[in-house]
Amino acid sequence: MFNFKSYARAGSVQEAIQLLGQNPEAHLIAGGTDMLVKLHKGKAQFDHLVDIHDIAELNYITQNDANDIIIGPLTSFTQVAESELICKRIPVLSQAVLTIGGPQVRNMATIGGNLCNGVPSADSATPLIALNAAVTIEGRDGSRQMPLESFFLGPSQVALEQDEILTAITITRDNYTDYFGHFHKYAMREAMDISTIGCSAVCKINDGTLQDLRLAFGVAAPVPIRCKGTEDKVRGRKISPKLLTDIANNVPSDVRPRTSWRAAKDFRLQIITTLAHRVVEQAILSAGGTIQ
Amino acid sequence: MNRQISLTVNDKKKEIRIDVRQSLLEVLREQLGLLSVKQGCAVGECGACTVLIDDVPIDACLYLAVWADGKSIRTVEGESRNDKLSRVQQAFVDEGAVQCGICTPGFVMAATSFVEKHHQQNISRHDIRRGLAGNLCRCTGYDTIVTAVQKCLDEDD
Repeated sequence: MFNFKSYARAGSVQEAIQLLGQNPEAHLIAGGTDMLVKLHKGKAQFDHLVDIHDIAELNYITQNDANDIIIGPLTSFTQVAESELICKRIPVLSQAVLTIGGPQVRNMATIGGNLCNGVPSADSATPLIALNAAVTIEGRDGSRQMPLESFFLGPSQVALEQDEILTAITITRDNYTDYFGHFHKYAMREAMDISTIGCSAVCKINDGTLQDLRLAFGVAAPVPIRCKGTEDKVRGRKISPKLLTDIANNVPSDVRPRTSWRAAKDFRLQIITTLAHRVVEQAILSAGGTIQ
Repeated sequence: MNRQISLTVNDKKKEIRIDVRQSLLEVLREQLGLLSVKQGCAVGECGACTVLIDDVPIDACLYLAVWADGKSIRTVEGESRNDKLSRVQQAFVDEGAVQCGICTPGFVMAATSFVEKHHQQNISRHDIRRGLAGNLCRCTGYDTIVTAVQKCLDEDD
């Protein structure tokens, strides 16, 4: 038996905010695939739970009138991976979430939970920050929106107050139209493993030039990050093997990997440069570009 | 922290009283006596506790029993019909896809859902391995299991 001390079940976003407000020690539980593991290990900071598992209004994938794609945070990875809309418009996201855990985990784990855990290895984070995704957060005083990239504050720290809840993940139309992407996860196993390094690239090409590139890494810093220095340097350049080499050579200046038991810092840097080259190359190829 | 929940388990309706701190694994084993549901790692790594909830495979160790309210659960105990093993169970026997047996019920349930989802589709051995990636076997390896699943996918109804 898990040994939490209090449990309250929320049927709606408003009720969840209220319940969190009533108990300053309360944490949300959604899919449970991270939270119940922490509880199994007896982590006392999660003694008080507000259960949002069954809030139907937070489980959806939709497009609004402006054709922005909006994903409810309680959408499971299986639902994301199998969504026609995601597979057609932002396949890099479905590619990424299919590398998470195994089928049983993906059936339960939620995309919002993955982001709110705030770990640098969250595999749904790099494609979403490469797509310039925004998150909507609701609390007592209403709702606010911010770029997902600035939502990540540090290891296991996100820009959520204790009584706030993530209610939507939005990818606006201009951020995915004509963009093509690729994702690669470097890990020891092909399933049930945590990223040693994760990489997402999203690009737009036109007439042999790289009009735009957005390159993101997981586990390359205390939070999932974008390589903006590199992106600025290569925007507008002609597509060539030299361009890919320049990208690979420049990314170390954008990242801050560290040594952990999973991999040493210099090994991570090696993976980062290799993946920058390969993943951008694949993104360009999927955009219909040629590299010669 | 008690709650009354109603659920269907292997086609039988049940009304039971649970503690909200209990996992579905504990309720299935300790209250309902369904001992095919094994506890392996208890943290969602090994898949030995795989059951189907509304036909979707999940790890019962990482599922609060209270979430099962109103749901339909399938375990290995309910898979045979009139003393006849299910297609997947029979294929595991025929291929010798069992050694010590601890992982087998979880594998059978994960495989059952995979076969129901992909029956008669063009599925490679690699796809089957990906589909069963949430289950670990530490005895005999996976080849015979993959072959058993492949046979089920190819069979006519």
